[in-house]
Amino acid sequence: MSTLAVGPGRGGSRRAPGPPGSISRGLLRGLPLAPAVVLLGVFLAWPVVYCVWAAFTDMALTGASGADFVGFENFTRAFTSAEFHRSVFLTVVFTVLSAIIGQNVLGMVLALLMRSGHQVVRAVVSAIVIGAWVLPEVVAGYLWSAYLGDGGSLNVALAAVGLPAQNWLYTAPILAVAIANVWRGTAFSMLVYSAALSEVPKEIEEAATVDGAGTWRRLFSVTLPMVRRSIATNLMLITLQTLSVFGLIWTMTRGGPSGQSATLPVYAYQQAFQFSDLGYGTALALVLLLIGGIFSLIYLRALRLGETMS
Amino acid sequence: MSAEAPTLSAPPEPAARGRAHRSGGARRSSHVVSKLTVNLVLLLIAACFVVPLLWVVLAAFDESAGLSVSLPQQWSLGNFEAVLNTDTTYRPMLNGFILCGGATIITLAASVFAAYPLSRYQSRYKRPFMLTILFTTGLPITAIMVPVYGFFVQIDLIDTFVGTILFMATTSLPIAIWLTKNFMDAVPIELEEAAWTDGASPMQALRTIVMPLMWPGMSVVAIYTFIHLWGNFFVPFILLLSNDQLPASVSIFTFFSQYGNVVYGQLAAYSVIYSLPALLLYLVLSRRLGGAFAFGGAVKG
Repeated sequence: MSTLAVGPGRGGSRRAPGPPGSISRGLLRGLPLAPAVVLLGVFLAWPVVYCVWAAFTDMALTGASGADFVGFENFTRAFTSAEFHRSVFLTVVFTVLSAIIGQNVLGMVLALLMRSGHQVVRAVVSAIVIGAWVLPEVVAGYLWSAYLGDGGSLNVALAAVGLPAQNWLYTAPILAVAIANVWRGTAFSMLVYSAALSEVPKEIEEAATVDGAGTWRRLFSVTLPMVRRSIATNLMLITLQTLSVFGLIWTMTRGGPSGQSATLPVYAYQQAFQFSDLGYGTALALVLLLIGGIFSLIYLRALRLGETMS
Repeated sequence: MSAEAPTLSAPPEPAARGRAHRSGGARRSSHVVSKLTVNLVLLLIAACFVVPLLWVVLAAFDESAGLSVSLPQQWSLGNFEAVLNTDTTYRPMLNGFILCGGATIITLAASVFAAYPLSRYQSRYKRPFMLTILFTTGLPITAIMVPVYGFFVQIDLIDTFVGTILFMATTSLPIAIWLTKNFMDAVPIELEEAAWTDGASPMQALRTIVMPLMWPGMSVVAIYTFIHLWGNFFVPFILLLSNDQLPASVSIFTFFSQYGNVVYGQLAAYSVIYSLPALLLYLVLSRRLGGAFAFGGAVKG
């Protein structure tokens, strides 16, 4: 994080008019920030504020003009609705299964194995895994619908070994979308962990081997503790990414059958756009935003930017 | 190329040394076995990853493709011919290039300008600003699409390229500013100070001194931004309504759902065409990075 620090004396040699720290000079210097600040303000900050306001109205899709303030009605409705509870539950299941367990563990396993893999094997494996990551999410959704569907490859393979075929998108929809998301997202964790592991000095691991540590002991007592900050950062990032996954689930199952894969983003979309209940949908979106915000704050703390930026 | 030559000739040496120390015995052979296991496990994982990919590649060349992976009875380009027309492929791809290209240019321009004061000047507002930017990278964009839709309807930006481009640019701004600032920090300030003594303004110095040195970093940001926007489904899905404005990411979805009987081969062929720009750009990106992972530095704790 050394790149974050700016040398303390940098502003000193400037031949700037006016006394140091004068307001007009500060404004002039900050001027190049204007386009970014305007865009972020208009299209990101304002919608968030709007989201907070709209969540307390009965705004409908047909016209924003007829919105009345309804207080906490949307939230009361959400917190007493079985569908909302289910969608929060499904969001947690989806995130834990696909991000925290799937992408994270598989990404680490791949990064660790790659270190002692043959050069050609390494190249092939990373090309395939990264290929899955680069593919657009809708395409990934179709690939997995085809793979898990009625006449799909998985069922053909299962039939070949005498197991009953089934439509996985109907029998285990949340599992199906979670596995597809592991497939799609593992490359990110793999790349982060490969970068982190490449900075672990070989000597320390070798010293542990000389001291008699076995493979597992070395892994859990030496290697993993040395990359623990990368693990924390990666977990936060993939959690945030996974919380807002929409396209993959929508192309694979559309939240169905009967809501069994409707995570919070899908449920909010359905309420707002399919049932034209913008107010209620916004309240749901606000809940999602708050969850994301809390995770972001934890993420910032995990980075300990306070220390490195001052 | 010439730089690689020495490393290419290197491997035989340790192997020869290994043969000389054959008596090294059991320890060495267990080492070989574990290496073999590692490679086998890696290949097994790769096999699990490749099967869904295989389907799209094989089905694209098979006019009678079904849902399962199978070698085409007869390889043909018929699926590609069927989808390569204005309505199915050319216009959505062009729309995608306009939307993602426009948004990438705006993102890049705004983040270079924004990165300059953040990288070059001290200010007490800088730290809160950078923290806010970082905080924003974590917010689920999915959540604000509902209010953005409402907002766009009110200000008449719904179903317009301009509105969609501006919003797409905004969603990619936080991470782009963050990366651009890091790349700019790597350009020594002494070079600009020399330009200032010669009478150049900060903006002139940015253009003539800093930018030329930053092209490698900026192209990384540009490609990264473009790939992400190219794959983005939700934003254009919500903000664009007319069929003739939809980019490939959304039209592929309607392509699939409009026809009751999906022609899987054509869907696969179209998926391949639509994925190609992202794949090709990633190849450029990975060559640029020389195998290293630049974002590792940005997300590392």
